[in-house]
Amino acid sequence: MFTQQATAPINRYPAWKYALMALVIAFGVLYALPNLFGEDPAVQVSPVKMVQFDEKTVERVKQALQQAGVSPKSVAFDGRQLLLRFNDTQAQLKARTIIKQLLGDQAVVALNLAPATPKWLEAIGAKPMYLGLDLRGGVHFLLDVDMEAAIAKAYERYAEDVRSLLRQQRIRYGSIQAEADRLIVKLRNDADVTKARELIQKQYGEDLLLDETSSKGRMLVWRLSPKTIKATKEYALKQNITTLRNRINELGVAEPIVQQQGERRIVVQLPGVQDTARAKEILGATATLEFRLVDEQHDPELAARTGRIPPGSRLYHFRDGRPILLKNRVIVSGDNVINAQSGLEQQSGSPMVSVTLDAAGGRKMLATTKKNVGKRMAVVYIENKVETVIGPDGQKVKKRTTQRDVINAAVIRDQFANRFQITGLDSMDEAQNLALLLRAGALAAPMEIVEERTVGPSLGQDNINQGFMSVVVGFILVLLFMAWRYKVFGLIANVALTLNLVILIAVLSVLQATLTLPGIAGIVLTVGMAVDANVLIFERIKEELKAGQSIQQAIHAGYEKAFMTIADANITTLLAAIVLFSFGTGPIKGFAVTLSIGILTSMFTAILVTRGIVNGLYGGKRVEKLAI
Amino acid sequence: MFDLGEKQIDFMKQRKLALGLSLTLIVLSIVGMVVKGFNFGIDFTGGTIIEVSYPQPVALNEVRQTLAEGGFDQAIVQHFGSASDVLIRIQPREGMTSAMVSNRVLDLLQAKVPAVELRRVEYVGPQVGDELTEDGALAVLYALIGVLIYVAFRFEFRFALGSIAALVHDVIITLGVFAWTQAQFDLTVLAAILAVIGYSLNDTIVVFDRIRENFRLLRDKTPEAVMNISVNQTLSRTIMTSVTTLLVVFALFFLGGEIIHNFALALLVGIAVGTYSSIYVASALALMLGVSKEDLMPPPKDEVDREALEKELTQAYLEAEARRQNS
Repeated sequence: MFTQQATAPINRYPAWKYALMALVIAFGVLYALPNLFGEDPAVQVSPVKMVQFDEKTVERVKQALQQAGVSPKSVAFDGRQLLLRFNDTQAQLKARTIIKQLLGDQAVVALNLAPATPKWLEAIGAKPMYLGLDLRGGVHFLLDVDMEAAIAKAYERYAEDVRSLLRQQRIRYGSIQAEADRLIVKLRNDADVTKARELIQKQYGEDLLLDETSSKGRMLVWRLSPKTIKATKEYALKQNITTLRNRINELGVAEPIVQQQGERRIVVQLPGVQDTARAKEILGATATLEFRLVDEQHDPELAARTGRIPPGSRLYHFRDGRPILLKNRVIVSGDNVINAQSGLEQQSGSPMVSVTLDAAGGRKMLATTKKNVGKRMAVVYIENKVETVIGPDGQKVKKRTTQRDVINAAVIRDQFANRFQITGLDSMDEAQNLALLLRAGALAAPMEIVEERTVGPSLGQDNINQGFMSVVVGFILVLLFMAWRYKVFGLIANVALTLNLVILIAVLSVLQATLTLPGIAGIVLTVGMAVDANVLIFERIKEELKAGQSIQQAIHAGYEKAFMTIADANITTLLAAIVLFSFGTGPIKGFAVTLSIGILTSMFTAILVTRGIVNGLYGGKRVEKLAI
Repeated sequence: MFDLGEKQIDFMKQRKLALGLSLTLIVLSIVGMVVKGFNFGIDFTGGTIIEVSYPQPVALNEVRQTLAEGGFDQAIVQHFGSASDVLIRIQPREGMTSAMVSNRVLDLLQAKVPAVELRRVEYVGPQVGDELTEDGALAVLYALIGVLIYVAFRFEFRFALGSIAALVHDVIITLGVFAWTQAQFDLTVLAAILAVIGYSLNDTIVVFDRIRENFRLLRDKTPEAVMNISVNQTLSRTIMTSVTTLLVVFALFFLGGEIIHNFALALLVGIAVGTYSSIYVASALALMLGVSKEDLMPPPKDEVDREALEKELTQAYLEAEARRQNS
């Protein structure tokens, strides 16, 4: 630093610095460019599981559209999915209906906005900024996974395992009971207590820990080890994210986002979705199915009246309230389902779902139906719900409800394995939703929507317009003000400010950071604050001139002395922006991002670029008077 | 306009007056916060907001009536931006916190007027509201601590205290305005307050930087005089930057739309107060805490030497250059 300053000519920049600047500016202009081209209304057609599209599909779609008199602007097929662009939203909506009819269950047809970036820009990876939901319209959900329920479910699973373990080893037990946070094993005699304890410890020593203080007499109390609890929670979150992704794919949303947030939350963003009621039903539903044999030996009416349930059975109700007794053992559950399609039954014309099971499920089903021809099998529809409600004393309580409905109980006419039908559904809508939920899989634990932010398309467009307007007006006001106050130097600062805006937009586009309305506010604020560096420098130059320095010295000193101040001042603003980013949610993060990037880019343009221009104009020349 | 020429304003002399004014404003703000409280948005209280747009202007009473029939008799209904836009706010209360509330409300309204268009729904569950409140308060605290550490590290501890006091001053007065006007306080306002912390500090740092520089240059002046000179020297910059920033914030305030209206309000107040505080409060406080030359003197010896040497060489070069050009 020392040697460079002493030997380099004052106020001259070496050529490489100009080259670097030109490079950065070229990059900025190029990558900010896609934002000028806007977006086309588009229809995105993706195949459902196990379906493959080919050129023939593309031809069929094209023909169908042609017959209906809808002409797409372009049709692109990437080997997996189809993207059709249209000139207006009317054609887009019409096309969606036509394609839906044509491909039916084979495809997911979603509305989308496709960036109209020219090919050559796309080739260098240039994309327009990614607009947040408050600008493009759509739904943002924050879902909270009920971890307590996931843990309780794990206890139930272990209760089942321990039961069969003891049965295998012929140890007679009184009862095995899973509670919310413990597993209680009651035994008949002391010898069995020791045997059972050793057995369980040997088999499940890693997962279950004996709670010595709670175990008394012939009762053993087990708790999940911390490791198992952690694993259970992680699994629940992962499984729920996977299931959500599947379900959202079925809903037909272009570019959905499903992400983990923290230890028990999941963020779901569905751009362009307007029917929030259906989205909520599908996302939150934890519906699953179980197939059980009907207990034909006992009278369900009697059991319901007296409350005495025969051992090995459990009391259920049909949707119309009739009681029925079902065997405890589950034959097959929703986990074994690999495909489910809704349709109409041929004879009665009532809605039904045809189900395909996996190999294991098919084997179990075959084994059961072979032995039980002539007996009845019931389909149980289970829905878990969790809701946080405010109780009478103002406390927040988690309210969990589980609804178990028997939707149908039919006689097994013949043995069957992995293909069969479920009937007895109320409506076609219900059949469709059930098929969707079965296809997409079950949630590992119930979830609750704890935050929703929906923005309609008209508000999104208004937000863009208003945001754009404030940027433009704020920008022009600052330009005028700087030109009036600092004359030629003001114009130089204005060039820098314009470049700053271009580079900021380019960086946001390249990073594909989400641009939100507060993010636009961040850009506006950056415009106002970015000139600060130039103000500092110019005021300093004025001071130096007043103090009697020569013009070249004043310029040199102005830049040198202002630099540390600018750095200090910007670092503190950056500090606040980082705090904002780390704590903020959604839209606020957008503000922090644009503010921080704006500060960084403004350092480059306000210091380097203006210096470059000033040096080019005045460096090494005789200047009589500075227009500042 | 603000070319003050050689005229010097004796800011330090006015510091008693300024502190009096600041204290009054702070007390007023705290009274406002205690007496009137904040009009918290649903980000912090939890609840549901539904913004709908009617094809024609609509009377609020009709909307209230429709909602009351559906069991939402406690909904707050108001116009939003225009007479055909309506904002409905439903506070969480016993047994009614579910995310499905918004759909029920929309169904009710559309049953009466099918053309009602949904503009926006925000639902925040009670547990998230609590978290956001806590996180928000923590964020402001962390920002202040971060700033304290940075300024103490870069300058001197008493400067850090002065700047923190100025920041707290700005934040309290901005909050006070929100309490007295009952403008809605939501997440974006909190973001604006954090931005104000960054901005106001920016201003303060520029002044402090100059004070430090002048302490080294003007060794025969009293601390009070040094501070005065520094504030005066940076005055036109402080005002210039505030003007450009206020220009853009005004653009946001008037053109940015209803959603960021309060965000812009917080910035307006914060920047105005921040400008005042970096002129009057921060350095006056540092002075009162007894900042002296010695506190800022000690650049290590070799560094001073190098700086001086560098300067000498630059000077020599410039002179040579000038001679070359003249000849």
